[in-house]
Amino acid sequence: MKQQAVPVKQRKQRTRLQETWRRFIKNKWALSGMALLLFLALTAIGAGFVAPEGIDDQQLTRRFSPPSRENLMGTDHLGRDMLSRIIHGSRLSLSIGFITTTIGLLVGGTLGAIAGYYGGREDQIIMRFMDVILAIPGFIFAVALVTALGPNLTNLMIAVGVNSIPYFARIIRSSVMSVKENEYIEAARAIGSSDAWIITKHVVPNSFAPILVQATLYIGDTIIIAAGLSFLGLGAQPPLPEWGAMLSGGRQYLRDAWWMATFPGIAIMITVLAFNLVGDGLRDALDPRLKR
Amino acid sequence: MLRYIFKRLFVLIPVLIGATFIVFAIMHLTPGDPAALMLPQDATRAEIEAMRENLGLNDPFFVQYGNFLFGIFRGDLGDSFRTGQPVFDIIMTRLPATMQLAAASLVVAVIIGLIAGIVAAIKQYTFWDGGAMFSALLGVSMPNFWLGLMLILVFSVFWSNNYGYTLLPASGYGTIRHIIMPAIVLGTAHAAFITRITRSSMLEVLRQDYVRTARAKGLNEWIVVFSHALRNALMPVVTIVGLRFGVLLGGSVVTERIFAWPGIGRLLIDSVRAQDYNMVQGIILTYAIIFSIVTLLVDLLYTLIDPRVRTQYR
Repeated sequence: MKQQAVPVKQRKQRTRLQETWRRFIKNKWALSGMALLLFLALTAIGAGFVAPEGIDDQQLTRRFSPPSRENLMGTDHLGRDMLSRIIHGSRLSLSIGFITTTIGLLVGGTLGAIAGYYGGREDQIIMRFMDVILAIPGFIFAVALVTALGPNLTNLMIAVGVNSIPYFARIIRSSVMSVKENEYIEAARAIGSSDAWIITKHVVPNSFAPILVQATLYIGDTIIIAAGLSFLGLGAQPPLPEWGAMLSGGRQYLRDAWWMATFPGIAIMITVLAFNLVGDGLRDALDPRLKR
Repeated sequence: MLRYIFKRLFVLIPVLIGATFIVFAIMHLTPGDPAALMLPQDATRAEIEAMRENLGLNDPFFVQYGNFLFGIFRGDLGDSFRTGQPVFDIIMTRLPATMQLAAASLVVAVIIGLIAGIVAAIKQYTFWDGGAMFSALLGVSMPNFWLGLMLILVFSVFWSNNYGYTLLPASGYGTIRHIIMPAIVLGTAHAAFITRITRSSMLEVLRQDYVRTARAKGLNEWIVVFSHALRNALMPVVTIVGLRFGVLLGGSVVTERIFAWPGIGRLLIDSVRAQDYNMVQGIILTYAIIFSIVTLLVDLLYTLIDPRVRTQYR
């Protein structure tokens, strides 16, 4: 039998990051999520230029105008342009999402890393404390915190951020525990690196992938939780154009002005959808085994 | 098996006591003097001081906490600042409505989620799969309070006539028609999660050898899917239902508020607004207890679904 030599295709050497990025941009859902997120971020940054009007430009002569060419999303009970308020509100919702997740990541991450790296008594103390917080349903815990701190935007972010601490502590603990068994950690320890150095230089970067995925997905959750608290009157207060607070205002006029409750909700949904698409895309790109 | 239950209960108790401490400490931080809140506006300083002494508010923090904790074991959560009635009694009259809503929404979520997930898995990469997955994505991204308002808009505002007829009532309690919208609102996000997890779990199981064997021996596809594959795919689904039950309870607060549902969620927000902190404290603890019991029940459910788990704890 004649055997033909099959030419071996020279595979280009790619770094893990390039490989991940290549998989990510091949996924059209993830890519559209990314585009959506970029669009939202640019709108939020340039809200002052993009929005036709300010957040509190009242014109009582045009109260409750339905969507029209002048006011694409109608006007509210004070004659303010809904579209402008929603555009300005994107700043609030995106900041809430990022700030609360950052609080959770920093505090929860530090606690989780300590618990996972040292194990033993540190682990027991930290994780039992997290279990206690997790025994109270998250949203209810946030309601309690906002009640104690007082309802405003800053306290809302603190409450939702604190609420996410146990969640991130758990995720980071488990990824740190799996990373620390690697030989390069032992090698680092053998050459006399300090624990703090090993954790920040070796353990955290290597457990970064699952954390990034969870953080992206969690931003969407925090936006919904924060909007829910504002909807109940426990978060951002009027006249701030926070989407949850706007929905709450629209609820009173549901019968006469459907647009007041409809558009802020669509804005929340699109924003959360964008984060979910990117988060799912990242997960599939970082761990292609999961995608079938 | 019984040993396992006792072991789990034993772990649960310190966690719940810890939760009472956190809730008590947070409520202790809350601004405002409960004694002043309970008395009429024109009460003198001496009257307020007498009330403080009477309520034990002048005791050190840990003494107050100790009294609170012992009170819980006697079923005494203090009195409502607003009505003066025992908090425990008020919560007990409101609890059934919340449990009905939670149960109904769980039924909605499990039925929709399982069907959509199974269909998506057996028709992978078809229109049905894409549609189910896209709906699930929308479901997890949609705030439930917005969905609630939209349903009211469609079924109670647009779908109504001038004589007060509405297809579904926007508020109230008591009949099946009242619970339909709240249950859908509260169940949607969970249905979406269950769809996703059922699909991936089913896809995994459908590739197993025993499924191929079942098909090879000529079994009906329905039997293969439901009795061979589904049962084995159910574990992750049960896990997600248990884990997300806390989110469901949290969502019930908003849902009850939208539909004026007379449960403890609406009572919580009303009490927060009225600064009735004894009530708030009691309700939060009730939620924590329900959540912990459900988590325990889910763990016990594992042993029913999977005989391998059962033998571990013999």
